Amino acid sequence: MTSAHTATAPPVLELRAVTKRFPGVIANDKVSLHLNAGEVLALLGENGAGKSTVISVMYGLYRPDEGETLVDGRAVTIGSPAQALKLGIGLVPQHPMLVARHSVAENLALGGGSAFFPGRSVAGRIRELSEKYGLGVDPGARVSQLSPGEKQRVEILRSLLRGVRVLILDEPTSVLTPQEVGGLFQVMNELRKDGRSLVFISHKLGEVLEITDRVTVLRKGKVTGNAPTRGATRETLAEMMVGRSVSFERKRQTPDLKAAPVRLAAHDLQALSSRGLPALRGVNLELRAGEIVGVAGVAGNGQSELVEVLAGLHDLQGGQITLDGVALGRNARTIFESGVAHIPEDRIHMGTVPSMSVAENLALRDYAKPPLSRGGVRDLGALDSHARQMVNTFDISTPGVGTASRLLSGGNIQKIILARELGDLSGQGGAKVILAVHPTYGLDIGATEQVHRTLMDAAGRGACVLLVSEDLDELLALSDSIAVMYHGELLGPYDAATATREGIGLIMAGGAASTDGTPHGAGPGDLSVQAGPDEPNHTRGLKA
Amino acid sequence: MDELLNALLRALAFGTPLLLASLGAVINERAGVVNLGVEGMMALGALAGFAVAYGDGSPGSGSIALGIVAAMAAGGLAALLHAFITITLRANQFVSGLSLTLLGLGVAGLLGKKYEGFPLFGQPNQWPFTIGAIVLALLLAFWLTSTRAGLTLRSVGENPAAADVLGLNVNLIRYGAVAFGGALAGLAGAYLSLVYRPSWTDGMTAGLGWIAVALVIFVGWNPLRAIFGSVFFGLLYYLQFRLQGKTFIPTEFFAAMPYLLVIVVLAFAGLRGQQGAAPEALGRPYTRGER
Repeated sequence: MTSAHTATAPPVLELRAVTKRFPGVIANDKVSLHLNAGEVLALLGENGAGKSTVISVMYGLYRPDEGETLVDGRAVTIGSPAQALKLGIGLVPQHPMLVARHSVAENLALGGGSAFFPGRSVAGRIRELSEKYGLGVDPGARVSQLSPGEKQRVEILRSLLRGVRVLILDEPTSVLTPQEVGGLFQVMNELRKDGRSLVFISHKLGEVLEITDRVTVLRKGKVTGNAPTRGATRETLAEMMVGRSVSFERKRQTPDLKAAPVRLAAHDLQALSSRGLPALRGVNLELRAGEIVGVAGVAGNGQSELVEVLAGLHDLQGGQITLDGVALGRNARTIFESGVAHIPEDRIHMGTVPSMSVAENLALRDYAKPPLSRGGVRDLGALDSHARQMVNTFDISTPGVGTASRLLSGGNIQKIILARELGDLSGQGGAKVILAVHPTYGLDIGATEQVHRTLMDAAGRGACVLLVSEDLDELLALSDSIAVMYHGELLGPYDAATATREGIGLIMAGGAASTDGTPHGAGPGDLSVQAGPDEPNHTRGLKA
Repeated sequence: MDELLNALLRALAFGTPLLLASLGAVINERAGVVNLGVEGMMALGALAGFAVAYGDGSPGSGSIALGIVAAMAAGGLAALLHAFITITLRANQFVSGLSLTLLGLGVAGLLGKKYEGFPLFGQPNQWPFTIGAIVLALLLAFWLTSTRAGLTLRSVGENPAAADVLGLNVNLIRYGAVAFGGALAGLAGAYLSLVYRPSWTDGMTAGLGWIAVALVIFVGWNPLRAIFGSVFFGLLYYLQFRLQGKTFIPTEFFAAMPYLLVIVVLAFAGLRGQQGAAPEALGRPYTRGER
């Protein structure tokens, strides 16, 4: 392909016209791509574009039906991950494959190491490599006590211990805080300087532009683009991915919030975490009609408790909540019926019943009321037509309304939840308050765009939105103001128009004086070890 | 003092089959496979051991050593049936194990009819078994924590997917662990029918297999702690006989005591959060590609 005139040495790894079929789908259709020594290649594509299949072929998890794999210009067959490691190809999986109870050294000695005291035999090498690349991994630490970022670095070390030259990183930033992402990029730069080659997979175009040298784009199983990163923009990359131009412009007509009435007001909220520790310490909050308030914060600082308290799913120790000036009850059903919609963090298990059909999941709120039910008997015809209508309105891609929702992609499951929570079945004007927690986590560009548009439309109709997210770009783009949860207190809100990533990041790390004046004294670099009022809840498992 | 020493010696004698069987179960459970068939495998081992050691009843027609081998082979083969059903066919481990207990007790009872009531000549000494079991516990503790093979076995029981990705054969390792567990259960059975009470009677395992299964949880899947756990339960057995008829408490209470204590001890272990020590993948068949 293009490498002939740019490099004299053959690519370190090359796929030639690789095709992989699964029953009913062609996951990879004549995919050709190559990776040169010392470069970072971005593999871009929407969910279902075939990225996972490509890396599974590279790492020996799948055997291609057709096509060739070449390492250093020699044709090879990669039949298993063990074989891939022998050929110098390593994978850092999105969800770490580690034994939680064992130490770092024991994990890394698995499948290698000496016959006796295997852990001890690799500890020295771990320390050496950890220091060389700035990974900061202690071989004696228990994996169960590591943060997601540290677990990821253990996975990187596993590949380095085997001496890999090609390292595939599968959505490595999806579990990291902004500060940890910076640390990962430093490690990636060190590895690149060392002449190693990296494959980087991410949905976040900003990250791709920052860290990669070249981009290969997949759409519907085919390679649709291959370009140097230099000169590319978010717009050109997104167009290659989605096949149409995508709008990143999220700024809407800023409503005149001063004149708008206060819809949701919370005063001095106090709540305990599930472990009985203070999770909310006097939170005050005011949302006006048409306003989107973003809530930033490192996971486990009380965001989950705040949303659950507002949705009536968590006990309140003290404080008042009013909706349109009327005190809100403490029962989840009456709260919903008075117009509070909840888009929960765990969209699969809390947001839907995975084994139930799309139609039933769409009716979970209103199944017992007319028109879905008459005289205590469900009207299956109405259920069906309601579901069809929602599938059309919200563009839910499903084989049928009778399909179990667990078979759908994360984006389509999220659309089901949006349709159910924001749909206006009873004709009372729809949700007045929307509590949205990580609404686009793990979603691709197209689905993210639709979720954002839906939230903005709802705000435009006069609803107020509380948007909890760890994606600062999302918060900055959508919100009118941004507040930060830190140690159970809500700091701010700050005007989104003047807020910066760095400023918010610093407050998230405890850089701002808290309202009770206690110095928490954590620098921005300490984010990964921040102990919030509740255990860190990084593993959300939202991906379908 | 003599009384105390005697109690300890008897506790060791009672505790030896418990230790052997629970060590086997520790190994297969650390590899992620529960086998509730210990009681049945012990019964099969006891019968196979006695039959081969007894021969045709005349002195010299049987062999104690071959009897022990036969007992371990019987236990191991029965365990392989469990392995095939739960590992290859991925059936529920608890159901398969329960069936194995019923099958083992039934088959041993049926085939053992002709041996009932005959004594074994040339009863072997208890101590090689007891000391051997303790040495085995020490070796297994070292093997599990400090060797590559032990690390591999533990990893398979904690996160089989992680081991599989590194090219380790999860199913083969689990087959081996289950067979080892069965062989030790068979050996525990042979101890009963050759050493402890050199004869064959239907139902002679008397629930010892179940106590061994509970002991695994009680000792937190740790071979070293299994030594103390089995001596403790051995002591309870001893007290059951020693105190019978000597107090106002009915004999039945003492007979039921080990089983009652299993419940008490497991409840206690549960309260202490001992369940958290269970291997992560315990009881779950491994399927490649499942998350």
